[in-house]
Amino acid sequence: MTTSQPALAFEQADATLGRTPARPAKRPRMERVNWSSTVILVLCAVTVLLPLYVTISMAFKTTGQAVDGNAFSLPAPFSIDGFVQAWNLTKFPVGAAISLLVTAGTVICTIVLAAFASYAIVRNWDRRLFRYSFFYLLAAMFIPFPVVALPQIQLTGRVGLDNPVGVIILATMFQLSFSVLLFTAFLRSIPLELEESARIDGATTWQTFWRLIFPLLAPMSATVGIFAFLYAWNDFMMPSLIISDPALQTLPVRQNLFQTQFSNNYNVSFASYLMAMAPAIVAYLFTQRWVMEGVTQGAVKG
Amino acid sequence: MTATSTLVTQGTRPPRSRRRVEPIYYLFLLPSLILFTLAITVPGVIGIFFSFTDSIGIGDWNFIGFTNYIALFSDPAILQSYLFTFGFSIATVIVVNVVAFLLAVGLTSRIRLKTGLRTIFVIPMVISGIIIAYVFNFLFSNSVPAAGTALGIPWLETSLLANPDLAWIAIVIVTAWQAIPGTMLIYIAGLLSVPGDVNEAADLDGASKPQQLFRITVPLVAGYVVINVILGFKGFLNAYDIIVGLTGGGPGTATRSIAMTIIAGFNGGDYAYQMANATVFFVVAILISLLQLSLTRGRNQLS
Repeated sequence: MTTSQPALAFEQADATLGRTPARPAKRPRMERVNWSSTVILVLCAVTVLLPLYVTISMAFKTTGQAVDGNAFSLPAPFSIDGFVQAWNLTKFPVGAAISLLVTAGTVICTIVLAAFASYAIVRNWDRRLFRYSFFYLLAAMFIPFPVVALPQIQLTGRVGLDNPVGVIILATMFQLSFSVLLFTAFLRSIPLELEESARIDGATTWQTFWRLIFPLLAPMSATVGIFAFLYAWNDFMMPSLIISDPALQTLPVRQNLFQTQFSNNYNVSFASYLMAMAPAIVAYLFTQRWVMEGVTQGAVKG
Repeated sequence: MTATSTLVTQGTRPPRSRRRVEPIYYLFLLPSLILFTLAITVPGVIGIFFSFTDSIGIGDWNFIGFTNYIALFSDPAILQSYLFTFGFSIATVIVVNVVAFLLAVGLTSRIRLKTGLRTIFVIPMVISGIIIAYVFNFLFSNSVPAAGTALGIPWLETSLLANPDLAWIAIVIVTAWQAIPGTMLIYIAGLLSVPGDVNEAADLDGASKPQQLFRITVPLVAGYVVINVILGFKGFLNAYDIIVGLTGGGPGTATRSIAMTIIAGFNGGDYAYQMANATVFFVVAILISLLQLSLTRGRNQLS
């Protein structure tokens, strides 16, 4: 972030206004804080935070205050009634447990399977089977879920996987391409000599993988894991189609309860939304670095 | 793409090819291959197979050749969903890229609160699409009409979501709200890869700031623009969650995306017919991916 960058277009307008006389003073000016851009960006940030503010303030209102339709007023009096009702209506503990199971399962399966496959592919690149497998696994990036959704609904139903376990398997498979792409790129940068010294000490491939390679992959596993987490925790389409028993639904799918019934108890629905989105936001705040890096790496490599 | 270019160099690695592959490597690879085949390839093939039949999902079926496809191309509902999805995707791609690029330029300039602002701008990316769509649904149905009444703007006085001609705008807004962070992060990476001295040199030569932005910075990050436009477009074509949360495809079928048409038709018993639709959609997705590959080839040095 040490590069000097052109400022926002808005700011340039006022820089150009007094152009000729300001010319000599321009160089030192660039080193200073660009306040107009800062202000504009802070205003933009408000538009990001506004829906979140509405969610939080609505969640803490009483039902009586929530129905007046004023989204931006502060809760008065402050009430946690919405949370209590949402907790019971959506059976929050069950929903959260299933979401957690699906998310943890997807994260672990994605990291382990993708790291396994990537390691085998990179170390045997000279073999046709492994090379073609790479392109085969990558092909899923070109297949949108809706294309294969209908047969998947049928097949999972027929083999008894129309439940959270089925969602874990499918979600892992849809995350696989992106994850294998990141892992293989990273593995190619690990020098082979490192591994050979471990082998000279008598380690088997299995041991080399777990003791040497997997720990080295940790930063990439973090990125892969966070993306699997965000996908599995937030997804609506796949669980809503694959899980046939409403009692086993994940948190995002449970929220449709408030579209059909209880649609006027805004404080309850917003409390429920807040409980469903909070874990992802908290996880993001702690893992920002990997989230941001992951987006960039994924795009540049994909 | 970067991946393919590194592969080539890996292929010329010193000759290890005469040795036998250690069996453990198959153990590493096969679980992924088998699960992937069962979970994605097999359903894909089954789906394409049934698109040539009259199956309703269960029971007997007969081959009917291309009948489904012929019916598909003359079905106004299908045509409408393709038109809507493409129109919405193009509008969203434009909005997302313009806003994300400006934000990225702002966030890489000399501003205060840089870290904090960046943290906030990325938050929408981590929120569930369906849930944020429900929140916006409330705002569009209650707060926006209230503001419209207060300000005396007639077309805002009723809910955008209830207007068949305007509901798509609400969908573009919410989709953009959620898609901007990812695009912005990619632009930030692109802007940071532009060497600072290029702009300094231009500055010394007397180029104005807008000139620097449009003549130097934009051409230098052109590769990132291509990636963002195509990745975004591909993603928006699959739109489902946000539309379900905002309009449910309505009013009527005004905002029904391709994905929603496939699922809704299936729930109505049109299994084979909607699989033909999905197959056509698949071909469209492949064509866009091929376009992506041909456009990004030769741009390997992005990072």
